[in-house]
Amino acid sequence: MTPVLEVKNLCHVYSVGTPFEHTALSDVSFCAHRGEYIGVIGHTGSGKSTLMQHLNGLLKPTSGEVLLDGKSIWADKASTRQARFRVGLVFQYPEYQLFEETVYKDIAFGPGNMGLSKEEIDRRVREAAGFVGLSESLLEVSPFDLSGGQKRRVAIAGVIAMEPEILILDEPTAGLDPSGREDILSNIDAYRQAKNATIMMVSHSMNDVAKMADRLLVMRDSLLAMDGTPEEVFRRASELVEMGLDIPEVTRVFLKLRSLGLDVPMVYTKEQAVKTLTALKGGVPNA
Amino acid sequence: MLKDITLGQYFPGKSPVHQLDPRTKLIVLVGYIVALFVAKSWASYALCFGFLAVSIAISTIPVKSIVRGMKPLVLILVFTGVLNLFFTGGETVLVHFWIITITLEGVVRAVFMVVRILMLISATFLLTYTTSPISLTDGLESLLSPLKKLHVPVHELSMMMCIALRFIPTLIEETDKIMSAQKARGADFETGKLMDRVKALIPILVPLFISAFRRADELATAMECRCYQGGEGRTKMKLLRYKRWDMYAFAAGALLVAAVITLASFGL
Repeated sequence: MTPVLEVKNLCHVYSVGTPFEHTALSDVSFCAHRGEYIGVIGHTGSGKSTLMQHLNGLLKPTSGEVLLDGKSIWADKASTRQARFRVGLVFQYPEYQLFEETVYKDIAFGPGNMGLSKEEIDRRVREAAGFVGLSESLLEVSPFDLSGGQKRRVAIAGVIAMEPEILILDEPTAGLDPSGREDILSNIDAYRQAKNATIMMVSHSMNDVAKMADRLLVMRDSLLAMDGTPEEVFRRASELVEMGLDIPEVTRVFLKLRSLGLDVPMVYTKEQAVKTLTALKGGVPNA
Repeated sequence: MLKDITLGQYFPGKSPVHQLDPRTKLIVLVGYIVALFVAKSWASYALCFGFLAVSIAISTIPVKSIVRGMKPLVLILVFTGVLNLFFTGGETVLVHFWIITITLEGVVRAVFMVVRILMLISATFLLTYTTSPISLTDGLESLLSPLKKLHVPVHELSMMMCIALRFIPTLIEETDKIMSAQKARGADFETGKLMDRVKALIPILVPLFISAFRRADELATAMECRCYQGGEGRTKMKLLRYKRWDMYAFAAGALLVAAVITLASFGL
Protein backbone atom coordinates (compact mmCIF):
# COMPACT_ATOMS: atom_id res chain seq x y z
CA MET A 1 0.00 0.00 0.00
CA THR A 2 1.46 3.36 -0.96
CA PRO A 3 1.34 5.98 1.76
CA VAL A 4 -1.01 8.94 1.22
CA LEU A 5 1.35 11.30 3.01
CA GLU A 6 5.10 11.13 2.99
CA VAL A 7 7.50 13.44 4.79
CA LYS A 8 11.13 13.28 3.74
CA ASN A 9 14.05 14.81 5.65
CA LEU A 10 12.01 17.83 6.65
CA CYS A 11 13.95 20.73 8.20
CA HIS A 12 12.66 24.10 9.26
CA VAL A 13 14.59 27.04 10.65
CA TYR A 14 12.77 30.14 11.86
CA SER A 15 14.12 33.70 11.30
CA VAL A 16 17.19 32.65 9.32
CA GLY A 17 20.03 35.16 9.59
CA THR A 18 18.75 37.02 12.66
CA PRO A 19 19.72 36.75 16.31
CA PHE A 20 16.42 34.89 16.79
CA GLU A 21 17.40 32.04 14.45
CA HIS A 22 15.95 28.83 15.77
CA THR A 23 15.76 25.30 14.37
CA ALA A 24 12.28 23.90 14.87
CA LEU A 25 12.55 20.73 12.80
CA SER A 26 15.58 18.77 11.74
CA ASP A 27 15.53 15.79 9.42
CA VAL A 28 12.03 14.52 10.18
CA SER A 29 10.83 11.64 7.99
CA PHE A 30 7.74 9.44 8.25
CA CYS A 31 4.78 8.33 6.16
CA ALA A 32 1.10 7.96 6.88
CA HIS A 33 -1.37 5.52 5.32
CA ARG A 34 -5.08 5.89 4.76
CA GLY A 35 -7.23 5.21 7.77
CA GLU A 36 -4.36 5.40 10.22
CA TYR A 37 -4.83 7.14 13.56
CA ILE A 38 -1.54 8.74 14.54
CA GLY A 39 -0.94 10.39 17.87
CA VAL A 40 1.81 13.01 18.03
CA ILE A 41 3.32 13.67 21.45
CA GLY A 42 6.22 15.78 22.59
CA HIS A 43 7.23 18.41 25.05
CA THR A 44 6.18 22.05 24.48
CA GLY A 45 8.50 23.55 21.87
CA SER A 46 9.58 20.19 20.45
CA GLY A 47 8.37 21.14 16.98
CA LYS A 48 4.99 19.41 16.85
CA SER A 49 3.00 22.45 15.76
CA THR A 50 5.66 23.43 13.21
CA LEU A 51 5.53 19.91 11.77
CA MET A 52 1.74 20.03 11.51
CA GLN A 53 1.82 23.34 9.65
CA HIS A 54 4.13 21.87 7.03
CA LEU A 55 1.75 19.07 6.16
CA ASN A 56 -0.83 21.34 4.52
CA GLY A 57 1.64 23.83 3.11
CA LEU A 58 1.16 26.68 5.59
CA LEU A 59 4.90 26.69 6.21
CA LYS A 60 7.47 26.10 3.53
CA PRO A 61 10.24 23.70 4.54
CA THR A 62 13.78 25.08 4.74
CA SER A 63 14.79 21.77 3.20
CA GLY A 64 13.11 18.42 2.65
CA GLU A 65 9.82 17.48 1.10
CA VAL A 66 6.19 16.81 1.89
CA LEU A 67 4.57 14.43 -0.61
CA LEU A 68 0.86 13.81 -1.05
CA ASP A 69 0.24 10.66 -3.11
CA GLY A 70 3.88 10.82 -4.15
CA LYS A 71 3.70 14.40 -5.42
CA SER A 72 5.38 17.33 -3.68
CA ILE A 73 2.87 19.84 -2.34
CA TRP A 74 5.22 22.63 -3.41
CA ALA A 75 5.53 21.38 -7.02
CA ASP A 76 3.22 24.13 -8.29
CA LYS A 77 0.59 26.56 -7.02
CA ALA A 78 -2.31 24.22 -7.72
CA SER A 79 -0.74 21.41 -5.66
CA THR A 80 -0.20 23.74 -2.71
CA ARG A 81 -3.80 24.85 -2.83
CA GLN A 82 -4.98 21.26 -3.19
CA ALA A 83 -2.91 20.34 -0.13
CA ARG A 84 -4.88 22.89 1.92
CA PHE A 85 -8.09 21.06 1.12
CA ARG A 86 -6.82 17.49 1.22
CA VAL A 87 -5.06 17.99 4.53
CA GLY A 88 -7.41 19.61 7.05
CA LEU A 89 -5.71 21.35 9.94
CA VAL A 90 -7.53 22.19 13.16
CA PHE A 91 -5.45 24.59 15.24
CA GLN A 92 -5.25 24.81 18.99
CA TYR A 93 -8.29 26.58 20.45
CA PRO A 94 -9.95 26.70 17.02
CA GLU A 95 -13.04 28.39 18.45
CA TYR A 96 -11.20 31.73 18.25
CA GLN A 97 -11.29 31.62 14.45
CA LEU A 98 -15.09 31.67 14.15
CA PHE A 99 -16.35 34.80 12.42
CA GLU A 100 -19.63 34.29 10.58
CA GLU A 101 -23.12 35.32 11.61
CA THR A 102 -24.44 31.79 11.81
CA VAL A 103 -22.98 28.39 12.56
CA TYR A 104 -24.09 27.22 9.11
CA LYS A 105 -22.20 29.98 7.30
CA ASP A 106 -19.09 29.41 9.35
CA ILE A 107 -18.96 25.70 8.59
CA ALA A 108 -19.62 26.55 4.92
CA PHE A 109 -16.57 28.85 4.73
CA GLY A 110 -14.08 26.07 3.90
CA PRO A 111 -16.22 24.24 1.32
CA GLY A 112 -17.13 27.65 -0.15
CA ASN A 113 -13.45 28.37 -0.72
CA MET A 114 -13.18 25.09 -2.59
CA GLY A 115 -15.60 26.40 -5.19
CA LEU A 116 -18.21 23.67 -4.72
CA SER A 117 -21.83 23.90 -5.82
CA LYS A 118 -24.45 25.15 -3.40
CA GLU A 119 -26.06 21.73 -3.02
CA GLU A 120 -22.73 20.07 -2.32
CA ILE A 121 -21.86 22.72 0.28
CA ASP A 122 -25.22 22.21 1.93
CA ARG A 123 -24.73 18.45 2.06
CA ARG A 124 -21.25 18.80 3.52
CA VAL A 125 -22.26 21.34 6.15
CA ARG A 126 -25.09 19.13 7.39
CA GLU A 127 -22.94 16.04 7.34
CA ALA A 128 -20.07 17.76 9.18
CA ALA A 129 -22.50 19.13 11.78
CA GLY A 130 -23.76 15.56 12.20
CA PHE A 131 -20.26 14.20 12.74
CA VAL A 132 -19.60 16.58 15.61
CA GLY A 133 -23.07 16.18 17.07
CA LEU A 134 -24.49 19.64 16.39
CA SER A 135 -28.26 19.55 16.03
CA GLU A 136 -30.03 21.15 13.05
CA SER A 137 -31.56 23.81 15.27
CA LEU A 138 -28.09 25.13 16.15
CA LEU A 139 -27.13 25.78 12.54
CA GLU A 140 -28.96 29.11 12.36
CA VAL A 141 -27.64 30.36 15.72
CA SER A 142 -24.75 32.83 15.98
CA PRO A 143 -21.59 30.90 16.89
CA PHE A 144 -20.82 33.51 19.53
CA ASP A 145 -23.91 32.50 21.53
CA LEU A 146 -22.70 28.94 21.96
CA SER A 147 -20.85 27.38 24.86
CA GLY A 148 -17.10 26.80 24.68
CA GLY A 149 -17.42 23.11 23.86
CA GLN A 150 -20.03 23.77 21.16
CA LYS A 151 -17.86 26.48 19.60
CA ARG A 152 -14.97 24.03 19.46
CA ARG A 153 -17.19 21.54 17.65
CA VAL A 154 -18.34 24.16 15.16
CA ALA A 155 -14.70 24.97 14.40
CA ILE A 156 -13.82 21.31 13.93
CA ALA A 157 -16.89 20.86 11.71
CA GLY A 158 -15.62 23.78 9.63
CA VAL A 159 -12.54 21.74 8.74
CA ILE A 160 -14.33 18.39 8.47
CA ALA A 161 -16.74 19.95 5.95
CA MET A 162 -13.85 20.19 3.50
CA GLU A 163 -13.74 16.38 3.74
CA PRO A 164 -9.98 16.19 4.06
CA GLU A 165 -8.31 12.82 3.51
CA ILE A 166 -5.95 13.68 6.32
CA LEU A 167 -7.32 15.44 9.37
CA ILE A 168 -4.79 17.01 11.70
CA LEU A 169 -5.83 18.25 15.10
CA ASP A 170 -3.63 20.23 17.46
CA GLU A 171 -4.77 19.44 20.98
CA PRO A 172 -8.46 19.23 20.14
CA THR A 173 -9.47 18.51 23.73
CA ALA A 174 -7.44 21.20 25.52
CA GLY A 175 -9.49 23.07 28.09
CA LEU A 176 -12.62 20.91 27.80
CA ASP A 177 -14.39 19.05 30.57
CA PRO A 178 -14.12 15.22 30.64
CA SER A 179 -17.42 14.58 28.86
CA GLY A 180 -16.56 17.21 26.23
CA ARG A 181 -13.25 15.44 25.63
CA GLU A 182 -14.93 12.07 25.20
CA ASP A 183 -17.43 13.55 22.75
CA ILE A 184 -14.82 15.22 20.58
CA LEU A 185 -12.61 12.14 20.51
CA SER A 186 -15.48 9.91 19.43
CA ASN A 187 -16.58 12.54 16.84
CA ILE A 188 -13.12 12.43 15.31
CA ASP A 189 -13.09 8.66 15.24
CA ALA A 190 -16.55 8.60 13.64
CA TYR A 191 -15.23 10.80 10.84
CA ARG A 192 -12.21 8.55 10.35
CA GLN A 193 -14.35 5.44 10.04
CA ALA A 194 -16.89 7.03 7.73
CA LYS A 195 -14.35 8.45 5.27
CA ASN A 196 -11.38 6.11 5.85
CA ALA A 197 -9.46 9.28 6.65
CA THR A 198 -6.04 9.52 8.25
CA ILE A 199 -6.06 11.27 11.61
CA MET A 200 -3.07 12.95 13.22
CA MET A 201 -3.73 14.20 16.70
CA VAL A 202 -1.30 16.26 18.73
CA SER A 203 -2.02 15.76 22.40
CA HIS A 204 -0.54 16.16 25.83
CA SER A 205 -2.88 13.58 27.25
CA MET A 206 -1.21 10.18 27.20
CA ASN A 207 -4.53 8.60 28.13
CA ASP A 208 -6.17 10.06 25.03
CA VAL A 209 -3.49 8.98 22.58
CA ALA A 210 -3.20 5.53 24.17
CA LYS A 211 -6.90 5.05 23.75
CA MET A 212 -7.33 6.43 20.24
CA ALA A 213 -4.13 6.10 18.24
CA ASP A 214 -2.78 3.01 16.56
CA ARG A 215 0.59 4.64 16.03
CA LEU A 216 2.57 7.26 17.93
CA LEU A 217 5.14 9.80 16.83
CA VAL A 218 7.28 11.27 19.59
CA MET A 219 8.98 14.60 18.96
CA ARG A 220 11.97 15.75 20.94
CA ASP A 221 14.04 18.91 20.40
CA SER A 222 13.07 19.25 16.73
CA LEU A 223 13.79 15.55 16.03
CA LEU A 224 11.43 12.64 15.54
CA ALA A 225 12.56 10.57 18.52
CA MET A 226 10.24 7.57 18.26
CA ASP A 227 7.77 6.18 15.76
CA GLY A 228 5.81 3.05 16.61
CA THR A 229 2.69 1.50 18.08
CA PRO A 230 1.59 2.73 21.51
CA GLU A 231 2.88 -0.54 22.89
CA GLU A 232 6.36 -0.01 21.46
CA VAL A 233 6.47 3.61 22.57
CA PHE A 234 5.12 3.19 26.10
CA ARG A 235 7.47 0.25 26.65
CA ARG A 236 10.24 2.87 26.68
CA ALA A 237 8.65 4.56 29.67
CA SER A 238 11.86 5.79 31.26
CA GLU A 239 12.93 7.56 28.05
CA LEU A 240 9.53 9.25 27.82
CA VAL A 241 9.76 10.49 31.39
CA GLU A 242 13.23 11.80 30.69
CA MET A 243 11.77 13.82 27.79
CA GLY A 244 9.30 15.45 30.16
CA LEU A 245 6.50 13.24 28.84
CA ASP A 246 4.52 10.61 30.64
CA ILE A 247 2.87 7.23 30.25
CA PRO A 248 -0.85 6.55 30.71
CA GLU A 249 -1.98 6.24 34.31
CA VAL A 250 -3.10 2.62 33.96
CA THR A 251 0.26 1.71 32.46
CA ARG A 252 1.95 3.12 35.52
CA VAL A 253 -0.34 1.06 37.77
CA PHE A 254 0.46 -2.12 35.84
CA LEU A 255 4.18 -1.40 35.82
CA LYS A 256 4.01 -1.14 39.60
CA LEU A 257 2.04 -4.39 39.79
CA ARG A 258 4.76 -6.07 37.75
CA SER A 259 7.49 -4.71 39.97
CA LEU A 260 5.54 -6.10 42.94
CA GLY A 261 5.84 -9.51 41.32
CA LEU A 262 2.40 -9.94 39.70
CA ASP A 263 2.63 -11.49 36.26
CA VAL A 264 0.56 -9.08 34.17
CA PRO A 265 1.13 -7.89 30.59
CA MET A 266 1.72 -4.23 29.73
CA VAL A 267 -1.54 -2.35 29.49
CA TYR A 268 -2.28 1.06 27.95
CA THR A 269 -6.02 1.70 28.16
CA LYS A 270 -8.73 1.32 30.72
CA GLU A 271 -10.52 -1.25 28.57
CA GLN A 272 -7.44 -3.47 28.38
CA ALA A 273 -6.98 -3.08 32.12
CA VAL A 274 -10.52 -4.22 32.86
CA LYS A 275 -10.07 -7.23 30.57
CA THR A 276 -6.76 -8.25 32.08
CA LEU A 277 -7.96 -7.89 35.64
CA THR A 278 -11.20 -9.84 35.08
CA ALA A 279 -9.22 -12.57 33.36
CA LEU A 280 -6.91 -12.68 36.38
CA LYS A 281 -9.92 -13.10 38.65
CA GLY A 282 -10.95 -15.98 36.39
CA GLY A 283 -14.14 -14.28 35.34
CA VAL A 284 -15.55 -13.26 31.97
CA PRO A 285 -15.68 -9.54 31.16
CA ASN A 286 -19.28 -8.46 31.03
CA ALA A 287 -18.86 -5.17 29.28
CA MET B 1 6.12 37.48 7.93
CA LEU B 2 4.15 39.72 10.28
CA LYS B 3 6.59 38.74 12.98
CA ASP B 4 9.36 40.58 11.14
CA ILE B 5 7.91 43.98 12.06
CA THR B 6 10.37 45.51 14.49
CA LEU B 7 8.81 48.94 14.86
CA GLY B 8 8.88 49.91 18.50
CA GLN B 9 10.49 46.68 19.60
CA TYR B 10 12.73 46.57 22.62
CA PHE B 11 16.09 44.78 22.49
CA PRO B 12 17.10 44.05 26.07
CA GLY B 13 20.69 44.95 26.86
CA LYS B 14 23.03 46.23 29.51
CA SER B 15 24.82 49.08 27.70
CA PRO B 16 25.02 52.57 29.23
CA VAL B 17 22.40 53.72 26.73
CA HIS B 18 20.02 51.03 27.97
CA GLN B 19 20.62 52.09 31.54
CA LEU B 20 20.04 55.79 31.01
CA ASP B 21 17.02 57.26 32.69
CA PRO B 22 14.16 57.24 30.16
CA ARG B 23 13.60 60.93 30.85
CA THR B 24 17.19 61.67 29.85
CA LYS B 25 16.74 59.77 26.61
CA LEU B 26 13.50 61.59 25.81
CA ILE B 27 14.92 65.04 26.55
CA VAL B 28 18.16 64.39 24.67
CA LEU B 29 16.16 63.03 21.75
CA VAL B 30 14.11 66.23 21.65
CA GLY B 31 17.33 68.24 21.75
CA TYR B 32 18.80 66.14 18.96
CA ILE B 33 15.69 66.65 16.81
CA VAL B 34 15.87 70.42 17.38
CA ALA B 35 19.53 70.36 16.36
CA LEU B 36 18.67 68.32 13.29
CA PHE B 37 16.07 70.84 12.16
CA VAL B 38 18.23 73.85 12.92
CA ALA B 39 21.14 72.33 11.02
CA LYS B 40 21.63 73.90 7.61
CA SER B 41 25.14 72.95 6.62
CA TRP B 42 27.11 69.77 6.11
CA ALA B 43 29.20 70.67 9.13
CA SER B 44 26.23 70.68 11.50
CA TYR B 45 24.88 67.52 9.89
CA ALA B 46 28.21 65.88 10.51
CA LEU B 47 27.96 66.88 14.17
CA CYS B 48 24.48 65.34 14.47
CA PHE B 49 25.67 62.25 12.65
CA GLY B 50 28.64 61.93 14.95
CA PHE B 51 26.35 62.17 17.96
CA LEU B 52 24.04 59.49 16.54
CA ALA B 53 26.91 57.19 15.54
CA VAL B 54 28.51 57.39 18.99
CA SER B 55 25.16 56.70 20.66
CA ILE B 56 24.54 53.66 18.47
CA ALA B 57 28.08 52.41 19.07
CA ILE B 58 27.67 52.71 22.86
CA SER B 59 24.26 51.03 22.74
CA THR B 60 25.69 47.90 21.03
CA ILE B 61 22.51 47.68 18.94
CA PRO B 62 23.58 46.19 15.59
CA VAL B 63 23.26 48.71 12.77
CA LYS B 64 21.61 45.90 10.80
CA SER B 65 18.52 45.92 13.03
CA ILE B 66 18.16 49.67 12.69
CA VAL B 67 18.41 49.39 8.92
CA ARG B 68 15.88 46.56 8.91
CA GLY B 69 13.41 48.74 10.80
CA MET B 70 13.68 51.33 8.00
CA LYS B 71 12.28 49.03 5.36
CA PRO B 72 8.61 50.02 5.73
CA LEU B 73 9.65 53.67 5.36
CA VAL B 74 11.46 53.34 2.05
CA LEU B 75 8.42 54.67 0.18
CA ILE B 76 8.29 57.87 2.25
CA LEU B 77 12.02 58.39 1.77
CA VAL B 78 11.83 57.92 -1.99
CA PHE B 79 8.81 60.20 -2.16
CA THR B 80 10.54 62.95 -0.20
CA GLY B 81 13.69 62.61 -2.25
CA VAL B 82 11.91 62.71 -5.60
CA LEU B 83 9.67 65.65 -4.66
CA ASN B 84 12.61 67.73 -3.50
CA LEU B 85 14.65 66.71 -6.51
CA PHE B 86 12.11 67.90 -9.06
CA PHE B 87 10.46 70.84 -7.38
CA THR B 88 13.39 72.85 -6.12
CA GLY B 89 14.16 75.89 -8.22
CA GLY B 90 17.77 77.04 -8.62
CA GLU B 91 20.44 78.60 -10.76
CA THR B 92 22.55 75.67 -11.90
CA VAL B 93 20.42 73.50 -14.14
CA LEU B 94 21.85 70.00 -14.45
CA VAL B 95 19.21 68.28 -16.54
CA HIS B 96 16.45 69.88 -18.52
CA PHE B 97 14.09 67.54 -20.27
CA TRP B 98 10.50 68.34 -21.28
CA ILE B 99 8.86 69.69 -18.08
CA ILE B 100 11.44 68.13 -15.82
CA THR B 101 14.20 70.31 -14.53
CA ILE B 102 16.80 69.11 -12.11
CA THR B 103 18.97 71.72 -10.51
CA LEU B 104 22.07 71.35 -8.41
CA GLU B 105 20.18 72.96 -5.54
CA GLY B 106 17.48 70.35 -5.97
CA VAL B 107 19.94 67.48 -5.73
CA VAL B 108 21.56 68.95 -2.63
CA ARG B 109 18.20 69.59 -1.01
CA ALA B 110 16.89 66.11 -1.79
CA VAL B 111 19.96 64.51 -0.24
CA PHE B 112 19.65 66.82 2.77
CA MET B 113 16.01 65.94 3.36
CA VAL B 114 16.49 62.20 2.99
CA VAL B 115 19.51 62.23 5.31
CA ARG B 116 17.55 64.29 7.82
CA ILE B 117 14.65 61.84 7.88
CA LEU B 118 17.02 58.88 8.09
CA MET B 119 18.85 60.38 11.04
CA LEU B 120 15.59 61.33 12.72
CA ILE B 121 14.19 57.83 12.42
CA SER B 122 17.41 56.09 13.43
CA ALA B 123 17.49 58.12 16.64
CA THR B 124 13.88 57.31 17.52
CA PHE B 125 14.57 53.64 16.78
CA LEU B 126 17.52 53.81 19.10
CA LEU B 127 15.19 55.12 21.80
CA THR B 128 12.61 52.35 21.42
CA TYR B 129 15.23 49.64 20.94
CA THR B 130 17.03 50.52 24.16
CA THR B 131 14.07 51.45 26.34
CA SER B 132 11.41 49.01 27.45
CA PRO B 133 7.86 50.27 26.84
CA ILE B 134 7.23 50.35 30.56
CA SER B 135 10.16 52.58 31.42
CA LEU B 136 9.40 54.73 28.38
CA THR B 137 5.87 55.47 29.57
CA ASP B 138 7.21 55.88 33.08
CA GLY B 139 9.57 58.56 31.85
CA LEU B 140 6.87 60.22 29.79
CA GLU B 141 4.52 60.27 32.75
CA SER B 142 7.16 61.83 34.92
CA LEU B 143 8.01 64.47 32.31
CA LEU B 144 4.35 65.34 31.77
CA SER B 145 3.45 65.35 35.45
CA PRO B 146 3.39 69.18 35.67
CA LEU B 147 0.30 68.99 33.47
CA LYS B 148 -1.53 67.28 36.34
CA LYS B 149 -2.03 70.74 37.78
CA LEU B 150 -4.17 71.49 34.71
CA HIS B 151 -6.22 68.34 35.41
CA VAL B 152 -4.77 66.44 32.49
CA PRO B 153 -5.09 62.71 33.34
CA VAL B 154 -1.36 62.10 32.80
CA HIS B 155 -1.20 58.79 34.64
CA GLU B 156 -4.22 57.36 32.83
CA LEU B 157 -2.82 58.45 29.47
CA SER B 158 0.53 56.86 30.13
CA MET B 159 -1.11 53.68 31.39
CA MET B 160 -3.14 53.49 28.19
CA MET B 161 -0.02 53.98 26.12
CA CYS B 162 1.82 51.36 28.12
CA ILE B 163 -0.95 48.83 27.62
CA ALA B 164 -1.21 49.61 23.92
CA LEU B 165 2.53 49.11 23.43
CA ARG B 166 2.46 45.96 25.51
CA PHE B 167 -0.23 44.40 23.33
CA ILE B 168 1.19 45.18 19.90
CA PRO B 169 3.29 41.99 19.74
CA THR B 170 0.45 39.96 21.23
CA LEU B 171 -1.98 41.17 18.61
CA ILE B 172 0.53 40.57 15.82
CA GLU B 173 0.96 37.01 17.02
CA GLU B 174 -2.79 36.59 17.24
CA THR B 175 -3.24 37.92 13.69
CA ASP B 176 -0.64 35.46 12.45
CA LYS B 177 -2.45 32.60 14.12
CA ILE B 178 -5.87 33.56 12.81
CA MET B 179 -4.48 34.05 9.30
CA SER B 180 -2.97 30.57 9.37
CA ALA B 181 -6.20 29.08 10.65
CA GLN B 182 -8.24 30.71 7.88
CA LYS B 183 -5.66 29.78 5.26
CA ALA B 184 -6.02 26.20 6.44
CA ARG B 185 -9.68 26.55 5.53
CA GLY B 186 -8.72 27.68 2.06
CA ALA B 187 -8.93 31.45 2.55
CA ASP B 188 -6.88 33.32 -0.02
CA PHE B 189 -5.33 36.67 0.87
CA GLU B 190 -2.86 37.04 -1.95
CA THR B 191 -4.79 36.85 -5.18
CA GLY B 192 -7.99 38.36 -6.52
CA LYS B 193 -9.33 41.83 -7.24
CA LEU B 194 -9.18 44.63 -4.69
CA MET B 195 -12.76 44.04 -3.54
CA ASP B 196 -12.12 40.31 -3.08
CA ARG B 197 -9.05 41.06 -1.05
CA VAL B 198 -10.91 43.49 1.17
CA LYS B 199 -13.62 40.89 1.69
CA ALA B 200 -10.97 38.30 2.47
CA LEU B 201 -10.00 40.39 5.50
CA ILE B 202 -13.34 39.86 7.24
CA PRO B 203 -12.47 36.34 8.46
CA ILE B 204 -9.37 37.82 10.08
CA LEU B 205 -10.75 41.06 11.47
CA VAL B 206 -13.85 39.65 13.16
CA PRO B 207 -12.00 37.09 15.29
CA LEU B 208 -9.23 39.61 15.93
CA PHE B 209 -11.63 42.24 17.27
CA ILE B 210 -13.47 39.70 19.36
CA SER B 211 -10.26 38.49 20.93
CA ALA B 212 -9.03 42.05 21.48
CA PHE B 213 -12.23 42.87 23.39
CA ARG B 214 -12.01 39.63 25.31
CA ARG B 215 -8.42 40.44 26.27
CA ALA B 216 -9.39 43.98 27.29
CA ASP B 217 -12.13 42.59 29.49
CA GLU B 218 -9.83 40.08 31.12
CA LEU B 219 -7.15 42.68 31.67
CA ALA B 220 -9.65 45.10 33.23
CA THR B 221 -10.85 42.39 35.59
CA ALA B 222 -7.29 41.43 36.49
CA MET B 223 -6.41 45.04 37.20
CA GLU B 224 -9.49 45.56 39.34
CA CYS B 225 -8.72 42.39 41.26
CA ARG B 226 -5.48 44.06 42.24
CA CYS B 227 -7.37 47.19 43.31
CA TYR B 228 -6.14 49.42 40.51
CA GLN B 229 -7.80 52.82 40.82
CA GLY B 230 -5.80 55.10 38.60
CA GLY B 231 -3.01 57.48 39.47
CA GLU B 232 -4.38 59.03 42.67
CA GLY B 233 -2.04 58.26 45.54
CA ARG B 234 -0.19 55.56 43.61
CA THR B 235 3.44 55.05 44.51
CA LYS B 236 6.16 53.53 42.37
CA MET B 237 8.31 50.52 43.07
CA LYS B 238 11.07 51.75 40.80
CA LEU B 239 11.66 55.45 41.29
CA LEU B 240 13.40 57.21 38.43
CA ARG B 241 16.75 58.68 39.46
CA TYR B 242 19.35 60.49 37.42
CA LYS B 243 22.80 58.92 37.61
CA ARG B 244 26.28 59.76 36.38
CA TRP B 245 25.73 58.64 32.79
CA ASP B 246 22.61 60.80 32.60
CA MET B 247 24.76 63.84 33.32
CA TYR B 248 27.15 62.87 30.52
CA ALA B 249 24.23 62.38 28.14
CA PHE B 250 22.73 65.76 29.06
CA ALA B 251 26.09 67.45 28.63
CA ALA B 252 26.65 65.84 25.23
CA GLY B 253 23.14 66.73 24.10
CA ALA B 254 23.45 70.34 25.27
CA LEU B 255 26.82 70.63 23.56
CA LEU B 256 25.35 69.34 20.31
CA VAL B 257 22.44 71.78 20.36
CA ALA B 258 24.70 74.70 21.30
CA ALA B 259 27.21 73.85 18.58
CA VAL B 260 24.59 73.49 15.87
CA ILE B 261 22.87 76.75 16.86
CA THR B 262 26.19 78.59 16.94
CA LEU B 263 27.06 77.24 13.50
CA ALA B 264 23.62 78.21 12.20
CA SER B 265 23.97 81.75 13.54
CA PHE B 266 27.16 82.08 11.53
CA GLY B 267 25.17 81.06 8.50
CA LEU B 268 26.75 77.65 8.25
